[in-house]
Amino acid sequence: MDAIANATVAPGSTQQWRDPKRYLWLIGLVVPSLFFIGYVGWLATGWPGLFWIGPVVILVIVPAIDLVAGLDRSNPPDDVIEALERDRYYRWITYLFLPIQYVGFVAAMYLVARGDPLGIGGEIPLWAKIGLAVSIGCIGGIGINTAHELGHKKESHERWLSKIALAQSCYGHFYIEHNRGHHVRVATPEDPASSRVGESFYQFWPRTVLGSLKSAWRLERRRYARRKQHPFRLSNDVLNAWLMSVVLWGALVAWLGVGIVPYLLIQAVVGFSLLEVVNYMEHYGMLRQQVGVGERQRYERVDPSHSWNSNNIATNVLLYHLQRHSDHHANPTRRYQTLRDYQESPVLPTGYAGMIVLAIVPAIWRRVMDPSCSPTSTATCRGRTSHRASAIGSWRPTRHHRRSSLSRPPVLASPP
Amino acid sequence: MTDDVLAARCPGCGYTYDVVTGDEREGFAAGTPWADVPDGWCCPDCGVREKVDFVPLDRSLTTGS
Repeated sequence: MDAIANATVAPGSTQQWRDPKRYLWLIGLVVPSLFFIGYVGWLATGWPGLFWIGPVVILVIVPAIDLVAGLDRSNPPDDVIEALERDRYYRWITYLFLPIQYVGFVAAMYLVARGDPLGIGGEIPLWAKIGLAVSIGCIGGIGINTAHELGHKKESHERWLSKIALAQSCYGHFYIEHNRGHHVRVATPEDPASSRVGESFYQFWPRTVLGSLKSAWRLERRRYARRKQHPFRLSNDVLNAWLMSVVLWGALVAWLGVGIVPYLLIQAVVGFSLLEVVNYMEHYGMLRQQVGVGERQRYERVDPSHSWNSNNIATNVLLYHLQRHSDHHANPTRRYQTLRDYQESPVLPTGYAGMIVLAIVPAIWRRVMDPSCSPTSTATCRGRTSHRASAIGSWRPTRHHRRSSLSRPPVLASPP
Repeated sequence: MTDDVLAARCPGCGYTYDVVTGDEREGFAAGTPWADVPDGWCCPDCGVREKVDFVPLDRSLTTGS
């Protein structure tokens, strides 16, 4: 291109946009590495309490960092999104999660059954073994988040990796139920994984765990019914995902003995409960309205007002932007690095990690969350939206009677 | 009307149902007309848009690519 006379382009002004979080995403790999941190810490100090590292990091350290590190609202500009999606660096970070997760998982079961393979550490007391199982469960639970990112993609190898990540926590049916069930019925009474106003996490837990299981099976059964086939076959994505768990657990028990079974169970329950507590907060109290009449009646299209978001950077980096949940539900196949923050999105007072702590204590959860929810079952919860909210210190739930001062987010789709 | 549709695209994620190939995994054999796909069927890739939201594609668009 010819230079234009007397025209100078300011230095740096044509430089490409750089992702400020590009290298921060590597921090996500700290989660599966927690086992190794705990193990090396135990060898170095001799204190087996370090095996409780998982819940301490998720329930104490990450929420604390969220409060200090604050928010990140930056969005990639439209013209780089396609290139950002294609950049394979980002997907390799999610792939790397899996080997670290599984080496830790197997090593932890070995430690429980046979003790330190290096012979350096001493006896591990029962309370520390339980802590180790809980920590492994925390890693498996965050592993479900990695599986979630992978399972939404169109590439078949990523869908397989998703099911592999779920095998540890025996939650393979999540791959089907989440993509074909939850995303379709989100924020409706038919979705077991959308929590209702006034429903505590402990009421939600059995409803979502059992409901999601039944729904996943129903979805696969229906898929085979269209082909006029019975669903009991290996290509059934619920069955082949569970089979991975049977093989994984079976091999470990055959190798290390039945003594590890209680620990396998603890880590699985902790793992999927961690996923479900996050499910609990993502759509708490949100309801899509019915639109259309008669046979054409259906739920309004999902819009940003149907998910709780957070821009707290620490949890966002650890959970691959899961907290940019409105964009995720609008564009489920979009990769984590390109998810955007919408001004209309309702925002939680702190990151998902901190909100787990509140959800565990229903009285506190309801005190914080319910003032922004309508007491009727036909309206949705509306929090402060992204451009108004800041960190927890200045966050106040919107009072029900003052809600009218907040504008309703625009409905993105025109109903049929 | 939908009998004429040879292909339809999800407006959300770009998934395309092509009558010629069908979608075996979803239970629609090759050649299954668009009209035979149930109305409540949801996009298999994104799960956001349903059949009624799909955008029918011109013959020129489907054969041209």
